[in-house]
Amino acid sequence: MSTAADERNARAPWALTAPALMLFVGVLLIPLAMTVMLSFHDWGQYKGIEPVFILKNWHEIATDPYYAEMFWRTFRIAILTTLLTALLGAPEAYILNRMSGRWKSIFLLVILGPLLISVVARTLGWALLFGGSNGLVNKLLMSAGVIRSPIPFMFTETGMVVALAHVMMPFMVLSVWAALQRLDPQIENAAMSLGAGPITIIRRIIMPQIMPGVLSGAIIVFSLSASAFATPAIIGGRRLKVAATLAYDEFLNTLNWPLGAAVATLLLVALVLIVVGSNALIERRYAEVFR
Amino acid sequence: MRRNGPLALIFHTIFVIVMVAPILVVCLVAFTPEGFLSLPTNGFSLRWFRAIANYPEFIHAFWVSLGLGALSSFVALLFAVPAALALARYRFRGRDALAALFLSPLMIPHVVLGIAFLRFFTSAGLGGSFAALIIAHVIIVFPFALRLTLAAATGMDLSVEMAAVSLGAGGWTLFRRVTLPLIMPGVISGWALAFIQSFDDLTMTVFLAAPGTETLPVRMFLYIQDNIDPLVTSVSACVIAVTMTALILLDRFYGLDRVLAGKGDTGR
Repeated sequence: MSTAADERNARAPWALTAPALMLFVGVLLIPLAMTVMLSFHDWGQYKGIEPVFILKNWHEIATDPYYAEMFWRTFRIAILTTLLTALLGAPEAYILNRMSGRWKSIFLLVILGPLLISVVARTLGWALLFGGSNGLVNKLLMSAGVIRSPIPFMFTETGMVVALAHVMMPFMVLSVWAALQRLDPQIENAAMSLGAGPITIIRRIIMPQIMPGVLSGAIIVFSLSASAFATPAIIGGRRLKVAATLAYDEFLNTLNWPLGAAVATLLLVALVLIVVGSNALIERRYAEVFR
Repeated sequence: MRRNGPLALIFHTIFVIVMVAPILVVCLVAFTPEGFLSLPTNGFSLRWFRAIANYPEFIHAFWVSLGLGALSSFVALLFAVPAALALARYRFRGRDALAALFLSPLMIPHVVLGIAFLRFFTSAGLGGSFAALIIAHVIIVFPFALRLTLAAATGMDLSVEMAAVSLGAGGWTLFRRVTLPLIMPGVISGWALAFIQSFDDLTMTVFLAAPGTETLPVRMFLYIQDNIDPLVTSVSACVIAVTMTALILLDRFYGLDRVLAGKGDTGR
């Protein structure tokens, strides 16, 4: 009696997850494996895709400086975006956390809400704000006396970083916010009662405790920025290529699918290595915080 | 807790303005009475909203997006609800690996997913079809559907189910009359969040969509690539309005802070 029930209990979770598991194996794992295989196929202008095993695409990516420059640009933009979101997002999360209940929830919504609004619409907004040499951003910066002559934002890496930082900012604020929730407000008071000034408190008490939040936010922002498509395509235009827009071009304009698949595979592998590696580093460094 | 100083409040004000500005400027330009991109300085006009009617591509793309989002989120839930119940109630070998697999579409760049699906569906003879779009969207919205259903199933009071069983309910009746109603708020918010994700996706869909199955973000993206005019801002304003409606639905049933706070935590 009990053995029959046990057996049913052991089988039940697999019976319940079987449909989803089959869906994921059939329509996610197999297509991903096919993409990796595709990157080893041959391609020619007239013969199309030839299902042979060669290293031509990988050799081209490794030797042609165009790809090195493109990947370096992709990661440079992702690093700058990550730094910008950390420098602005972490203080903002801290300020938000010190607000009173009602204001806190209103501003949390205002800052996190854009996460769910179309990336195309948000990037279009930046394209409108940048708009040429007499764009709104340049006019504001010049009248505030920050700059003397207009900065070119459209079709530049500067513009891409600013727009990407805006798109990614909610992830950083969320992540630091989560770390701040674990922080005991009494520690700050204790430090103050022992004579610590505000700068000392931020540097010695707050910073070390929210660092894991900043770093895990940085990993999310970095990996999403490095694989971003809409913002680099709209702000960067046709010439300033990053990994995602280049893969798009190879697939839908040049039609060199094997080369596009190689670029995508390399992007995926690089991101998985970076994310898993830095996650392990953070968890080892801040083991006591996660416990 | 101490209050924010004036410097902190200035920083905060600028921060919020910058966060809202791009969205606000799109909505404002959409109401311009001029024939070119400009802020509506002398009066508001609906001419660019009326102009959408002259572009059947946008209207068609809107219906494609709406149908795709509604249908793929529903199908994703058909798979996610049983999986969530299994993950919430049983501790079994392979449970963590399964959960990681089900959440993996969050970690794989959408450009890679787009390429993988394009390759897969083209060789399966489904290239550019609406069916292919649905299956692909089911995969990318699955983690969102799963996570909110899982949260509801984990927090559920099992004694209610036991009471139903003791009264003779079993199998399908137990699920339909007791379990499902109890996890319904999680299921509906899972559907809404999944819908938003599907409705807004560009990066993956741009690889799969063909003329006739272009979604609204894809149509907007292709339009912006050629030129930016007030028409695309009025279309964007409509998209923002649809998302806001789904957001309000989410807030009613689930609380937006919970949806968003869960997003950064278990997302990666």
